[in-house]
Amino acid sequence: MVSTCFYFQVHQPYRLRNYTIFDIGENHDYFDHPKNKEILNKVAGKCYIPANKVMLDILNNVPEFKLSYSFSGILLDQLEEYSPDALTSFQELVDTGRVELLSETYHHSLSFLYSKEEFRDQVRMHKRKIKKLFNYSPKVFRNTELIYNNELASYVEDMGYKGIIAEGADHILGWRSPNFLYKPAASKSIKLILKNYKLSDDIAFRFSEKSWKDWPLTAPKFCQWLNAANGSGNCINLFMDYETFGEHQWEDTGIFKFLRHLPEEILKHPDNDFATPSELVKRYPVMGELDIHNPISWADVERDLSAWLGNRMQQASLRRIYDLERSIKLSQDKSLLDDWRKLQISDHFYYMCTKWFSDGDVHKYFNPYDSPYESFINFTNAINDIMIRLKDEDRRGRIINRASIIEESVS
Amino acid sequence: MKVLMFGWEFPPFKSGGLGTACYDLTKGLARQGVNVTFVMPSAPEGADSDFVRIIGCNNLKDRIKIKKIHSILQPYMTSESYHRSLKNAPHFKSKGEVYGSNLYKEVYRYSESARFIAEEENFDVIHAHDWMTYQAGINAKQVSGKPLVLHMHATEFDRTGGNPNSYISHIEYTGLKSADKIIANSNYTKQNIINHYNIEPERIEIVHWGIDPDNLYLNMDYDPAIKKSRDKIVLFLGRITLQKGPDYFIEAAKKVLDFEKNVKFVVAGEGDMLDRMIDRTVELGISDKFLFTGWLKGADVYKAFKMADLYIMPSVSEPFGLVALEAIRNSTPIIISKNSGVSEVVSHALKVDFWDINQMANHIVSIIKYKELEEEMKENCYKESCRFNLDKPARECIHVYDRVVSG
Repeated sequence: MVSTCFYFQVHQPYRLRNYTIFDIGENHDYFDHPKNKEILNKVAGKCYIPANKVMLDILNNVPEFKLSYSFSGILLDQLEEYSPDALTSFQELVDTGRVELLSETYHHSLSFLYSKEEFRDQVRMHKRKIKKLFNYSPKVFRNTELIYNNELASYVEDMGYKGIIAEGADHILGWRSPNFLYKPAASKSIKLILKNYKLSDDIAFRFSEKSWKDWPLTAPKFCQWLNAANGSGNCINLFMDYETFGEHQWEDTGIFKFLRHLPEEILKHPDNDFATPSELVKRYPVMGELDIHNPISWADVERDLSAWLGNRMQQASLRRIYDLERSIKLSQDKSLLDDWRKLQISDHFYYMCTKWFSDGDVHKYFNPYDSPYESFINFTNAINDIMIRLKDEDRRGRIINRASIIEESVS
Repeated sequence: MKVLMFGWEFPPFKSGGLGTACYDLTKGLARQGVNVTFVMPSAPEGADSDFVRIIGCNNLKDRIKIKKIHSILQPYMTSESYHRSLKNAPHFKSKGEVYGSNLYKEVYRYSESARFIAEEENFDVIHAHDWMTYQAGINAKQVSGKPLVLHMHATEFDRTGGNPNSYISHIEYTGLKSADKIIANSNYTKQNIINHYNIEPERIEIVHWGIDPDNLYLNMDYDPAIKKSRDKIVLFLGRITLQKGPDYFIEAAKKVLDFEKNVKFVVAGEGDMLDRMIDRTVELGISDKFLFTGWLKGADVYKAFKMADLYIMPSVSEPFGLVALEAIRNSTPIIISKNSGVSEVVSHALKVDFWDINQMANHIVSIIKYKELEEEMKENCYKESCRFNLDKPARECIHVYDRVVSG
């Protein structure tokens, strides 16, 4: 038996507004509310609502079908605020009982790399949010952008998770197949579920690429590839951004039609079925141990951290934001804490990436700013304002540990 | 391929981007095996130096032939500046020639001389640079029957901030209508040509400029101690005219100084707005933070880039903006106007609306204060500058020649 496992990532960041030196100390609102609302509504209209309708139809017509989602907490906040209809349609899907939800950091952050305490706080926040909105308790963890290493696996195992998701990157797998479960080195029983990036990217990136030799991609053609894994794997893990449907691949590419036919096409082969990540964990044994010391991710060809940590601007920004943790938490100021957490959203650092900037590729497509330099300027100005707010708190005597305040402003 | 080119005197004798562009193009063409007869207006005094020597490469010498027409025309001249030049010019009468009594008559006289050159010379295609040479190009076409390529480096609308001199815009219009093909130095310029002169888009080809990686000033070693002052230096370099936005630079500087005291603003260039700009810095009480250097030549230009912590080009309208490429080639971070051709081809820059002095100040202060930003921009803009050379624009021009010659 080969189980197809769908997991879709659902996330939208809070983008920063053009926050200038003139705003520092004057205006504490860092976010571009009109733009965030506009984009959320656009994505809800083009993707979430129509794709959820397709999913619900499939769930109603194909009893074997199952799937899973991972929502960032801030996406859920934005759905509540801007698009309650889309949220309701997600809730309807979960109510079928055949949709699994995964655990992640509330703020889609890189906190695991910088502060375990903050990481744990955000995972708990996320857990509460999922419980509240969906009455659901996740069992499987996925970290921001599938950033993963041994340490993360054993850390979340201690937090009680049974499974964890990562990229099936060639450089860690070598000759091994992503179509099995693995045991992370240095952990006890948690199982590692790997993305089959070739088949996932056929849908997510290449679907509408007319220069691709396999264009146009049809459900029968895709299933041929998928069936080739029979006898040499337990699971085919198709992980991608949910925005693939209708937003990255527009409706006129035929992506919804493809999606609608895919499950019944998969079931045509008698050895195929569907499983969610926690079902995979229950059903299949591990095939071996994977020792992954350096963090991997699902970004770019490098599949490493360079999309967020590749240059000095990104490194300095991340260092600055996490250096503030102690002071922020001691201040017990809710709005400061909230702003500080929203500044941890990994997208802010992704926008500062200069790696492929001249080539105008995917980074540019997802970047709301004209350049990585502008995103850095907005971010750093906002951090400077946070520091002024912290000093004000300090003066009012609200922060107990004065030594933790950074005296010098960022310069 | 043989080209009859009506161009402008090469640097360092004349200032401004047009001479540099002609120099670079001629060199690039010669390197690609094209023969160029280069015609330029040239005043008798000081400018009779060996042109080919300036080109610098002996093996290209045979491909380039220089023809001078005695004239005091210079690029970017206005009626007023022509009169000043005329007053200062020793009247040159040895061949019975006398300069025109005004700019337009001088352009006419120059254009008539072009006929004789066109009769004498052997060529396949005519290439003329900016409005003062357009009539010369048209005349050469009449005499020879060869196709005419007109190169638009700046329209009259760019130079005047949208208040064109109707005589000049008429010359531009007539030229554009008569040309077999038009080369625009950017998409920005192409759009201006379409919008202002109603020219069919398919007649216009875009050729973005490059820079000469062999330029010896670029490869000179500059003493790092060149920067003695601990103050940060923000550089403006270009004609001090309405088109270049010097007034926005000064207003932005005032805002910067409200945040950062240790900054000096260097204005390198001359132009009809210079006096007004100096007065304005006095009015704002920031004249001690400004240094007006006049025109810089040759190595001094590159020294200025090396000294500067950033270069800003706040042009109201910048058809291309070659100086920005020279800046990044010197690893100097740039802030450039969105109304520019160079912003189409350079990614590693901060781009602003010329009127948005708050954003300009925000970017200036950020580059000065945030060292990671400065370091990343320096490193990446230099890397990007290495993608530009002279061969690519030359090849693209040759492609245009091939098309007009084959009809």
